[in-house]
Amino acid sequence: MTDKNKKRTIIPIGPYHPLQEEAEFFKLYVEGEKVVDMDIEIGYMHRGIEKLSESMHYDQSAFLVERICGICSNSHPFAYVNAVEDLAGFEISIRAKYIRSVIGELERLHSHLLWLGLAGHFIGYNTVWMWSWKYRELVNDIFEFITGNRQHYGMMKIGGVRRDIENKDIPQIEKMCDNLIPVLNMFKGAVMDDPVIHARTKNVGILPKNVAIDYCVVGPTARASGIDIDVRRDDPYAAYNLVDWKVIVGKNGDVFDKAAIRILEMFESIKIIRGCLNGLKKEPEGNFDLKVKEIPVGEGIGRHEAPRGEVFHYVKSDKTNRPARHKIRAPSYVNIASNKYAVIGQTISDAALILAAVDPCYCCTERVTVIDKRKNKILMNGFDLIKLSQEKTEKLRKKHA
Amino acid sequence: MKLLFEFIVFPGFVFTAVFGMLVSWIDRKVTARIQWRQGPPFLQPYYDFQKLLIKETTIPETANTFTFLLSPLVAIISTTIVSLILWKTIFNPQSLFVGDLIVVIYLLAITPIAVILGASSSGNPIASLAASREMKLFMSYELPFILSIIVPIIKLHTIRLGDIILYQQTSGMVINSISGIIAFAVFLIAIQAKLGLVPFDMAEAETEIAGGVFIEYSGMPLALHKLNRIMLLFIIPIFAIILFLGGMYPLYIGLLKYLVILVIIILIRNTNPRVRIDQAIKFFWRSCMILSVLALILAMIGK
Repeated sequence: MTDKNKKRTIIPIGPYHPLQEEAEFFKLYVEGEKVVDMDIEIGYMHRGIEKLSESMHYDQSAFLVERICGICSNSHPFAYVNAVEDLAGFEISIRAKYIRSVIGELERLHSHLLWLGLAGHFIGYNTVWMWSWKYRELVNDIFEFITGNRQHYGMMKIGGVRRDIENKDIPQIEKMCDNLIPVLNMFKGAVMDDPVIHARTKNVGILPKNVAIDYCVVGPTARASGIDIDVRRDDPYAAYNLVDWKVIVGKNGDVFDKAAIRILEMFESIKIIRGCLNGLKKEPEGNFDLKVKEIPVGEGIGRHEAPRGEVFHYVKSDKTNRPARHKIRAPSYVNIASNKYAVIGQTISDAALILAAVDPCYCCTERVTVIDKRKNKILMNGFDLIKLSQEKTEKLRKKHA
Repeated sequence: MKLLFEFIVFPGFVFTAVFGMLVSWIDRKVTARIQWRQGPPFLQPYYDFQKLLIKETTIPETANTFTFLLSPLVAIISTTIVSLILWKTIFNPQSLFVGDLIVVIYLLAITPIAVILGASSSGNPIASLAASREMKLFMSYELPFILSIIVPIIKLHTIRLGDIILYQQTSGMVINSISGIIAFAVFLIAIQAKLGLVPFDMAEAETEIAGGVFIEYSGMPLALHKLNRIMLLFIIPIFAIILFLGGMYPLYIGLLKYLVILVIIILIRNTNPRVRIDQAIKFFWRSCMILSVLALILAMIGK
């Protein structure tokens, strides 16, 4: 009672922890079972992708950014080609647009199924985990059928896509999508009607609408809190304005809503894929690539609604064949920060689930930290780094003036 | 000499451990098949145990070494004695003393206490959190557990395991009555917590507190703790059969009873997520308590 801090214990989640596939450090300050504060430390897996991209030519960069995230491996190249096309003012063929949307939505399907499995695992429901990953294989099969790869598809290309979907294959793809519907209905029933899952997820980790806006969260995390945003609808790209679908919005912002939104979104994804395949049938085959040879000087932004939210790419070009500046902002970067609000006041059991509920992707999130290895001290804080980046921008500006 | 043989080989430690591993394999295999996995090979529980034995044992600097190492030993000895009592009763119902049921209840309580002791002596904050969870869980399930055991005592007017088996053979199984069914259901749920299985595995909860009570254990002590869990998984269904289902004879019927209970345990474990500790306490102290008291009242009026 006398000293508040004395009762506090630190429960570390990370840097290496069964909860996470990647290294990230959440420092939970707890009193008994209750979490009273949390620190988030990132920077364990920074790979300097942005810098690497500046040393590669435009076509290579599409493959490089595909390696940022293993799960949403299509989102980054998608946003990147959008950015370069915005920079150069290319208008890609309708067929390429349809194919891009098909790939984007298939990825959302497999990513949401993967998250559902992981969420099941985190609350000890390993049967959901295994089943959901088993049925995720069906989506991977479709990917293999279309692109030849199950995970890194390499489909996005500046000016179009790398491979066509031939018209004779479309009935087969439609059939494979139909096979997914009973699976999704089963998960909808299993997750949304289970009383024990309700007890574990309802009113847990609530992120109210105003707080969600303050934290600038995106994607399903924002939509669960009742913010009606979706880049696919708000700033249409690819074929998303050519087909009929709707944005799913929740209202409570708890873990249950986040799960429900992801499950319902999967049905919408199948709707989009069906619409795109119908559209593909009407387009002439073979017209899917602009065969771009040169990128003009300029700067452009590209956005894509990844499974986790809006991913944003900025590309600036000079006269060379390489990007002069490539800036990436992944959705997890803003979503993970909102954990701090959602976790406080909850128990440790719930905290583990809440941390996972934003579907974090740590590799996307990583930012550089400069530390002194011997003293184990952080040398540069946020303001120092902002200053560094401002200096660099100034240097670039002089160079290109 | 005979007692030592009985304690160490049959039906004591070795027998329980071997059959525990078999049961553990069944558990893992059925779980795997439910989850569309292949499942481990037949000898996998033995491989796991053997591998842990040859691993280095690290004792954390902050730990109280004596208590830390004593805890798995105490747990496994008490479990072995339980096995000894239960099997001796099954083979020869008249061979043991009056009140052995009480002894069994106490000995079964030693495992969680030993686990709590070991976890709190390790000096790890996560282990201490897990120990507090185990303690709360223990206090919440123990009362419904004991109340459900009192139902057969009231119905058969004896606290001797051998007599419980014999009376059931003459006057029918305890589960053939309403109170018996309710008590059996409460008992099944309580042993789920006693065995530390989902939905009541919050003291281990690897995705929350990374193994919880066992986080600092390694090598031999960890092997003993795991073996103790496996042995309990083997013994507790037998305890249930003696109390509610009238013993293991004839053997093939007994085996069938055993498998049914085991499959129920495995199914509960695989069709539920882990609950929070406060939800578990509420569940045991409200629903399970009311049910077991109801069963008691029904048993008293002879239903």
